[in-house]
Amino acid sequence: MAFGPFLLLALMEGLVTAAVLALAASGLSLLFGVMRVVNVAHGAFFMLGAVLAWAVDSVVPAPPALAFLAALVIAPLLVASLAAVADGLILKRLNYDPEATIVATIGLLYMIQQATLALYGPNANPVTAPFELRLQFPWFGYSGYKLFVVVAAALVLLALWAFMTRTKAGLIMRATQVDRTMARAFGINVDRVYMGTFALGAALAALAGVLIVPIQQAHYLMGGDPLLLSFIVVIIGGLGSLRGTIVAALIIGLSDGVISMFFSPTLAKIIATLLVAMVLVFRPQGLFGAKA
Amino acid sequence: MTKTTFNPTRRGLLMAGGAGLLTAALPSYVAAQGAPIKIGFQLHRTGIGASYGRWYERTAQAALKLINDGGGINGRPVEILFDDDATDPARGAEVVDKLTQSDGCEVVMGTLFSHVVIGSAPRAAELKVPYLVCSEGYHVASGMLNRWTLQPGITDVRSQISAMAPWVSANLGKKVAMIFPDFAFGYDHRDFFTAAMVAQGGEVIAQIAVPPTETSFTKYFAQIPAETEVLYHVMVGPGVLTFVKELGEFYGSGAKPQMFGFIDSLEAVDTATPGLEFLEGTHFWEAHNRVKPADAGEHEAAYRAAVGVDDNGASVSDAADVATYSHMFSTWETLFAIKAGMEASGYAGPADRQKFVEAMEAMTDMPYGIERPQGAKVFNGKTHQVFGSQNISQVQGGKLVRVHQTLMEDGAYPDAVDYTTMSF
Amino acid sequence: MGESVKPFALHLALILALAVALAVLPPYPATMLARILVLAVFAMGYNLAYGYTGLLSLGHALFLAAGVFAAGLSAQFWGLSAGPALLLGVLAGGGMAAAVGLLALRTAGVSFMIVTLMFAQAGYLTILYFGPITGGDEGFTLPAASRVILGFDMSTDTPRFVAALFLFAIGLLVSLALVRSPFGRSMVAMRENEERSRMLGINPFTVKLAALVISGLYAGAAGAAYALLFGYAGANFATIQYSILPMLYVLLGGAGTTIGPFLGALLMFVLIEGTSRLARLWPVLEGMDYFVIGAALVVLVLFAPRGILGTLRERGLKWLP
Repeated sequence: MAFGPFLLLALMEGLVTAAVLALAASGLSLLFGVMRVVNVAHGAFFMLGAVLAWAVDSVVPAPPALAFLAALVIAPLLVASLAAVADGLILKRLNYDPEATIVATIGLLYMIQQATLALYGPNANPVTAPFELRLQFPWFGYSGYKLFVVVAAALVLLALWAFMTRTKAGLIMRATQVDRTMARAFGINVDRVYMGTFALGAALAALAGVLIVPIQQAHYLMGGDPLLLSFIVVIIGGLGSLRGTIVAALIIGLSDGVISMFFSPTLAKIIATLLVAMVLVFRPQGLFGAKA
Repeated sequence: MTKTTFNPTRRGLLMAGGAGLLTAALPSYVAAQGAPIKIGFQLHRTGIGASYGRWYERTAQAALKLINDGGGINGRPVEILFDDDATDPARGAEVVDKLTQSDGCEVVMGTLFSHVVIGSAPRAAELKVPYLVCSEGYHVASGMLNRWTLQPGITDVRSQISAMAPWVSANLGKKVAMIFPDFAFGYDHRDFFTAAMVAQGGEVIAQIAVPPTETSFTKYFAQIPAETEVLYHVMVGPGVLTFVKELGEFYGSGAKPQMFGFIDSLEAVDTATPGLEFLEGTHFWEAHNRVKPADAGEHEAAYRAAVGVDDNGASVSDAADVATYSHMFSTWETLFAIKAGMEASGYAGPADRQKFVEAMEAMTDMPYGIERPQGAKVFNGKTHQVFGSQNISQVQGGKLVRVHQTLMEDGAYPDAVDYTTMSF
Repeated sequence: MGESVKPFALHLALILALAVALAVLPPYPATMLARILVLAVFAMGYNLAYGYTGLLSLGHALFLAAGVFAAGLSAQFWGLSAGPALLLGVLAGGGMAAAVGLLALRTAGVSFMIVTLMFAQAGYLTILYFGPITGGDEGFTLPAASRVILGFDMSTDTPRFVAALFLFAIGLLVSLALVRSPFGRSMVAMRENEERSRMLGINPFTVKLAALVISGLYAGAAGAAYALLFGYAGANFATIQYSILPMLYVLLGGAGTTIGPFLGALLMFVLIEGTSRLARLWPVLEGMDYFVIGAALVVLVLFAPRGILGTLRERGLKWLP
């Protein structure tokens, strides 16, 4: 393929990767920001979103578009409830100690993953996209749904931004982020804010899972890569900075697509990985993080 | 744990739960006449190989039932002990250890993923226990492993791949672009198919390797040269369906080359899945035809019934549950090969393990029968590898239809090792 | 018994008990114990970095793999015997840790986690990239001739058990001596309060780098020993799984306790073994070993957040090192 079309394809692919990354990472970023904890089970929530979308798709006797809409609502709600329960039963009792939370969420990750294997099975199952649209360029075809994912991710992130900056709940969350003790002094129920934040973060992961599943089948191990990548995106972007998270997702997504044009694929991955590591080495607070 | 070694008493349960290491210490050899012959089975129950593991277990159970219904082996009933290797080499070696030393299995059956087999084979040799693998890897016949490791149930990839080249160059085209996973299994395809294609007067004009960590593939398709006549594709792992779907999107309604794939790209995947319509008319290698061919052999129906697979290659209880049909027969055939080897060597207990391996090495012709539903085979005692014929199928009306069957000599290659000269 | 003698006696007693266990246990559990001992060395190294110095790394698989491949490749291509190959593995682990540390220690906290994780990921991909040499994802089996130390064949039971125990004993005693030394106290000072130790004239970077390198030496030794004792080198040792395992061993057994890493490794193997044995009675447990481990982690962090030995130390056994 000629360079121009190849570049176009690499950019489009990179954009889709970036959109999914931004969406998956935004939940993690929120948790980091407000609660100062790392949720290792974040990838498991992403996977649960995809698997539940499959489940909804198989039981709802409706056309793909409606079933998909149902999944978009049901899966994040279910996952958010699960996260709220986990928060109440486990994280709250740990007083959100950062290291204890890592251990607990590793435990949660293993439990969710193995339970999914037992109940859902080891196969990768497809979910029909809500609509069939194939864009035919002169050089190659492209899935219209993939571009829809980019738009949907942009809308969700916009909504999240509006929620955080324009609503009272968002204000309370930001206040808690700035100073937990002060927030409590002002009568904010910090426990409830934390539970809500944890549930919202999980719901965002699940939403990303539902959106990705028509592109990438539901499989019980599918949460591993998104977890690592979102992790990286959040840290590179700067802890707790939603803007940083999105910029980092764009950089990592697009560079992954473009670098792979010039090097043998595995070498490209090595280079991209080292480059990202070097960003942190020379800017440990991330791109948009405040100097510690 | 089995009936002969374990009574599920409260004490036993406590020991198993609280101190597995100690329960492992219970003596377990009962070599008396009439006691069951125990066969260990390393299984991908969890990890990336899990979708294969499930079908390997079902197929092995079905073969076991047939063997026991027919009087067992050397007049003794047979029992299989399955243990999860988590599709991990270190765990695989531990499982070989446990099945042999703690459970008292006479032989151990190995599994699909090559790294697990290669990680486990040294331990089998140390324990001097026959290790019969179902991985289709070239690592057995290449001489990498040892005298105790044999592959009597499935043709290796080198032979499978080489056998495809004559038909591909004669029927699909001479200029081939290959796309394969960027690790050893993919390199076998790259190296052996390229060589076989050159021998047929064709050429491979592009070799596109996809990194194992990849979950999105479209950008690699852009590297397929425009003058490609045949696209040869193979992929493994949970991402296979994404791989083929994206391939379809990439070509869309535009012009596309002929396509030839290894069924690994679609194993356990329904060919009628939405998004795969573009595969109509394309060709696949199959070891064992998923959709029962009209001219299938006389034992095909009985094999399918025993395993619980319908004529489309899906579970009889769930039409959406597609079998790993081109690989799982290997466990069935391996189990029957074990039976033949034990009967030929008059196997009575662990002291006869070496005699068993020698009896296996002496095998040559393995005719078609219910023991070998995939077809007749020839075992090469020197390389410890079995060879059989392969199938090429075309997707017609959303189903895989056999259009060609290779001859055994199509996949022949010179011996790279003579294990029989190595010490035990 | 004096407070300073007790820890030393305890460690010797543990080594003695393990020797007895290896001698009397049947072959399978004894071989598993040998595996646990080698992985415990890896975990002890991790504990020096994390438990004592507070460096939460997610990249230790890289140091382990450096040991695996330095020993494995030198045996494969240069025909090195087990002794020199092991030594090379130890150095490779330490060298890799030094290289990573020089860069990664510019960061701290979660950034350190991510940077080490990414270096390890790059290392894993590099092993795959050089597949023709490293065997890629399949790995390779070590030549039998290389698995001999002083005439003892490591592919047979008794020499393997002795070698594993010997390595473990050295690792344990060195780590005991280390944490009781002035340098050990500097390490703990890093974990507790880096700023204050800086004011006391300790250079945090030097101490952390030294701790990480020592940790890498342990990981390299464990990796080389695993390859030589069990005969296989493969890229799986470089996957993230092997960065998480030592962390879990350490957290289960007790971070910042010398014996904790061994106890954690033992506990995890027992949980896996126990689950898979029970699964033969109750098939519902098939493949659920990691569910059990997950549940164990949650229970542990709720009821004994400092791990087994850490909690014991809090509840009275204050002398535990």
